[in-house]
Amino acid sequence: MQGRLGKVKKIFIREEFCIACRLCEIYCQVEHSKSKKILKAFKEEKDLISRVLVEEVGFNSFAIQCRHCSEALCVEACISGAMIKNKNTGIVICDENKCVGCWMCIMACPYGVIKRNISEKKVASKCDLCGDEEYPVCVKNCPNEALQLRDI
Amino acid sequence: MALKLNQSEFEIHRDEQKCISCQVCVRQCSNDVHEYDEDNESIISDNIKCVGCQRCETLCPTGAIRIKQRESEFKYNYNWSPGHLKNIYKQAETGGVILTGMGSDKPYTIYWDHILFNASQVTNPSIDPLREPMEIKTFIGRKPDKIDLYKSSGKNMKNPVFLTNLGPQLEAEIPVLFSAMSYGSISLNAVKSISRAAYEFGTFYNTGEGGLHKDLKKYSESTIVQVASGRFGVDKDYLNSGAAIEIKIGQGAKPGIGGHLPGEKVNYEVSTTRMIPEGADAISPAPHHDIYSIEDLAQLISALKEATEYKKPVGVKVSAVHNIAPIASGIVRAGADFISIDGFRGGTGAAPQVIRDNVGIPIELALASVDIRLREEGIRHNISLLVAGSIRSSSDVIKAIALGADAVYIGTAALLALGCHLCQKCYTSKCNWGIATQDPYLTKRLNPEIGARRLYNLLTAWAHEIKEMLGGAGINAIESLRGNREHLRGIGLSEKELSILGIKHAGEAW
Repeated sequence: MQGRLGKVKKIFIREEFCIACRLCEIYCQVEHSKSKKILKAFKEEKDLISRVLVEEVGFNSFAIQCRHCSEALCVEACISGAMIKNKNTGIVICDENKCVGCWMCIMACPYGVIKRNISEKKVASKCDLCGDEEYPVCVKNCPNEALQLRDI
Repeated sequence: MALKLNQSEFEIHRDEQKCISCQVCVRQCSNDVHEYDEDNESIISDNIKCVGCQRCETLCPTGAIRIKQRESEFKYNYNWSPGHLKNIYKQAETGGVILTGMGSDKPYTIYWDHILFNASQVTNPSIDPLREPMEIKTFIGRKPDKIDLYKSSGKNMKNPVFLTNLGPQLEAEIPVLFSAMSYGSISLNAVKSISRAAYEFGTFYNTGEGGLHKDLKKYSESTIVQVASGRFGVDKDYLNSGAAIEIKIGQGAKPGIGGHLPGEKVNYEVSTTRMIPEGADAISPAPHHDIYSIEDLAQLISALKEATEYKKPVGVKVSAVHNIAPIASGIVRAGADFISIDGFRGGTGAAPQVIRDNVGIPIELALASVDIRLREEGIRHNISLLVAGSIRSSSDVIKAIALGADAVYIGTAALLALGCHLCQKCYTSKCNWGIATQDPYLTKRLNPEIGARRLYNLLTAWAHEIKEMLGGAGINAIESLRGNREHLRGIGLSEKELSILGIKHAGEAW
């Protein structure tokens, strides 16, 4: 997955070390809350949405978030031009101001990692690799290093 | 169902103001202590199931959980302690031997804490290890009686030829080795962490009696392979795939007792490594049935040396018991290259509590008496002395070496570095830290990359501290400290204890 310019970073999943604690989901919810404070977010804010999902069958588990595909089907499916792939960073981001909540991206995503946010205006909610943070919070808070951010 | 008389050992305090019902605690507890109540969207915890491993407390993202030792509600009685009552209630219920894990927690004297180390002042200079060379490299193996050099006359006099035939030696970058913990008693990820750390640091780990897993063969130059009474996984290939061989006679936590790995833990991987059928109990007999005397031991040592073409040191591990000094003397004479002594506080995956807490002697006393005895007999140089059984810090290492040890084994300390919280429930196979278990759901919790890094860090830290302490005492090589009892002083010890340890009391000068 090479961006057109420079290197892109991608989260690697190591399912052999995922312990299904779901701390990634919890910290993702906090990072994308209004307050960004864990107690305030969980106690006072409603409809927190995690953009990372832990899939679990028996002892097999792994956390998956947007793969930021090089040929992103969600971008192609978007009817309003909200879903954009940044050519420099390779990150696929949903511009929530443009999003009309048609859910075509959800239909198109082969990984099932785009979620509906219907708390206010209907928008598609997905991983943004935590914007300007040095590490995405799911990577930073995984207690067993099952998620790793690597250069491609 | 009849009434159960036992009380819970721990109290789980959950700060409801901080709890966000994220259920990390529910998912992480293998003892099913925490339960999510969907109706109330809250979590209910059951104190009686808690083993005090603190996994939930450590992973709780808001710090809402605190596990506290519960103060006993039993009526106070000096003679009949809560421990006695609990055990009797348990045994009256089950009719079984009380099992436990890890080392003894009974309040016997810890001699390390009654020994003080020396430092230089005025009459001899101390050394700064950050600026001057400091050697802590250790060679383990039989040393020669004398060194023969061929010195030619004339120009070549500067380059004498070493004529002595030196037996095989292990070269460790630090006098700290990882002690025997078998794959089976601990998880493969735990063994991988330990073996990788030993390999990267340049020291050794011990396979325990569980054989050598195929994934670990790449660390063979850092491996001491063990031959125990069960002879699990032992063949010529196994013996030759390590750097040294250790015959295990006994273990500090359970001298005189064999081992029993329950069939539930013998999965496919364990069974192939141990060379036994899947699901079969792995029973190590109490004695080696071919060793009933020192002469028999000598035969096994010879057989192992033959099998490895005299290229690898062969050692013997014994637990510290009352007659340890003459036993050690016998082991030297049986031809061993090193002897490992495991004190009564040594850890275990499972042992009867009555044995663990009442059998054996402290490693400090065993070490001192063995070192003194071997010196008196003039055979100390024929063997390297490794000690184990609760080496808790770099200062314990320094004191052990000054008491005469060549190196120490750490087991419990290594597991602590991997996350162990000493809940002593290893025998249940439900270790929440992924160490003493074979449950794939739990073993995943120990990432060997993290584990190896943490162990490497621990060794690095101890190496620094050992160098600092040596430098402070004006010593620049660990060899100069070995058996150098003048650097030790006892504090709060009786005449008898001091004479066994062979050290002066604090305040006594040369």
